[in-house]
Amino acid sequence: MKNTLRQILHARNFMIGFITIMIILFAVSIYPLFNQGSPLDMIGLGTFFKPGTYISMYDAVETAPTYTLRLDGAAAKRVEAKLPQADRESMKRWLVAYGIPDEAVNTDDLNDLLNLWNNTYDPDARPAGLTSAFRKSVARIDTVLAGLLESLDVRVYTEEPESGEMRETAQIKDNQYINVSEVVNTRQLWLGTDNFGRDAFKELLAATGVSLKIGLIAGVIATVLGLLLGLVSGFVGGIVDDIIMFFANLFTVIPGFVLLILISYSIGQEQRGATVVAAVIGCTSWVWTTRSVRAQTLSLRNRDHVNLSRLSGHSLPRILITDILPYIASYVVMALILQICSGILAEAQLSMLGLGPKTTETPTLGLMMFWGMTYAAHQNGAWWAYFPVILMIALVSFSLNLMNTGLDQVFNPQLRS
Amino acid sequence: MKGYKRYFLKKLLWFVITLIAAVILNFVLPRLMPSDPIATITNRITEGMNNQNAVMQIYREYARKFGTDQPMWKQFLIYVGNLLKGDMGVSFQQYPRKVTDIVAASVVWTIALQLPAILVGWMIGNLLGALAAYIRKGFDKVLVPVSLFVSGLPAFGLAVTLLVVFGITLKWLPISGGYSYDLLPSFSWRFIKSVIVHYQMPFWSIVLIAIGGQAIGMRSMSIYELNADYVKYSRFLGVKDMKVVGYVFRNAMLPQVTGLALSIGTMIGGALVAETIFSYPGLGSTILSGISSADYPLISGVTLIITIMVLTMSFAIEMLYGVIDPRVKAAQSD
Repeated sequence: MKNTLRQILHARNFMIGFITIMIILFAVSIYPLFNQGSPLDMIGLGTFFKPGTYISMYDAVETAPTYTLRLDGAAAKRVEAKLPQADRESMKRWLVAYGIPDEAVNTDDLNDLLNLWNNTYDPDARPAGLTSAFRKSVARIDTVLAGLLESLDVRVYTEEPESGEMRETAQIKDNQYINVSEVVNTRQLWLGTDNFGRDAFKELLAATGVSLKIGLIAGVIATVLGLLLGLVSGFVGGIVDDIIMFFANLFTVIPGFVLLILISYSIGQEQRGATVVAAVIGCTSWVWTTRSVRAQTLSLRNRDHVNLSRLSGHSLPRILITDILPYIASYVVMALILQICSGILAEAQLSMLGLGPKTTETPTLGLMMFWGMTYAAHQNGAWWAYFPVILMIALVSFSLNLMNTGLDQVFNPQLRS
Repeated sequence: MKGYKRYFLKKLLWFVITLIAAVILNFVLPRLMPSDPIATITNRITEGMNNQNAVMQIYREYARKFGTDQPMWKQFLIYVGNLLKGDMGVSFQQYPRKVTDIVAASVVWTIALQLPAILVGWMIGNLLGALAAYIRKGFDKVLVPVSLFVSGLPAFGLAVTLLVVFGITLKWLPISGGYSYDLLPSFSWRFIKSVIVHYQMPFWSIVLIAIGGQAIGMRSMSIYELNADYVKYSRFLGVKDMKVVGYVFRNAMLPQVTGLALSIGTMIGGALVAETIFSYPGLGSTILSGISSADYPLISGVTLIITIMVLTMSFAIEMLYGVIDPRVKAAQSD
């Protein structure tokens, strides 16, 4: 036993998978302590806010003290943000038509472009080959530029509640800064928000927790059922074996996925909690374990030590537990890991068809994916709403599979290289 | 040949028994659901009506038409009788379209997509797995983790990734449907070209997933076989390496064939979900629309067709297995 444990701890595949799962579990259980509140709170009014730090504008204006920083290029950045590439191309087109050589105009270097523009642009000029509509649009860009380059202070006014009089409360210069850590209300949205306006990162971690739980419940149910049926069927034999194998054969051929769809649908949306879905998945996936456990029990049942126990008059449960189980324990652990993995995938697939747990109760990885797809996150460029979910599913199932191969190498020495 | 006949008859009997069980499950399970689809339809049709008697009348009329006012066993007999005539009832959502028509329109797409994809994935996967077992070293070190990663991905995850990369970012391939919106199914060159272009992403997303799972299985099988006594003995005798590899490959293939028969149901299930990502006009999208509109004749029709598809495929594979594995024949003729 001790030796086996040591071997397992030295199996690299197993340890990589195990540590990854532990890190995920750690993050899932620790993060809610830092970020209170339900992961299902719809904090954003709107869909798919981008990832980033959100700072309350209201508080930012009120935050004191303010600091004056002289940073090079601050003005240029401001202009850059307000001057899209399309406008620069228009400016270039005008300049080229006016007679500036094509290679002298560089739309990437903003300072250069603006200098050139201020020196050359003449609103009354009529360069050949340009429509009057285009000339007007260039004139509009020029007006915007003029406004951008003058750095006027921003003044904040507040309305007096009684008199309705406007009173100036703040005057913000272009080189005035505040420290983000001194703003009262900020929120870090690592993965932005989803279609409901929920914090996607927080939801992702909560969903991972729930999905792991679903996988665990489904896996344990499937393994326990499979183990019991397999042991009894293999050891007792006769009519019991025939009956169990009849159903096992039946459900090997009838695809489990179809059963899952039919049962989940019959249960109805109202009754489908995460636990119920997990139980349904577990109850439809015991067949594999039963078959293999039965096959191994059959090969063990006539060993000498088992016959000895039988002659000593030990009870059936005792023989099964003390004489047979230890021989197949390694297999059962591996089967459990695989069942957990396929349980998580099954939940995700069910949810994708709209048969997952109730959306309003718990987040799961499958549900996040389902809603992301329903609101066409992939077509809106909202990668944060679906890609981390796929990555998380892949990471979890990859780690579980790695653990399994690691164990396989420990228990089947032939597979070692 | 006598042994094979018995093997065939036994498998055929199982095929029939599972089919009956599937029909019963298909009938019973959806009818256990709490909501009343007839009431839903009646509500839709009688919207704005305030004469309770008339509403009741319409409800009864529909209940009679769909047969939901009969006792369960009678409904079952009618259901089986209709099934034998190839009639799976009328869709609630797309009333008065027949379920048989809807299913027939989509099952062709699904078979044309999934059968080649699963077979191609299975073959490439086995080849890669055998190569990994034979070469070991670097190739093995790369293939195993990559296969593990890909096979652990849900089919829809890979589908979305492909869709975003090739469809939305690079704009190489169309992102949804089985053919262009502006075309009608016909045997024109333009239509066939459009179908082929739309086929690529769903096809490869299924193939890649299948490769991963099969490669891992084949690798373990081949390693077992490579360590078998007959391999060592042949090497002692000086049999050419390629010939030994040929034997090993054949022997390792056999469990993979059974594996395919057993896992085909799971594969199809995953692929159906992948279909919905691409809005492919197959069974996956049909069942999704059936579920979202509580259309139980449609759901039960689609699940029945999927079951029959899976049953037939695994039956065919088992038949093939009986032919290629001499041990099956030997065992059966005892």
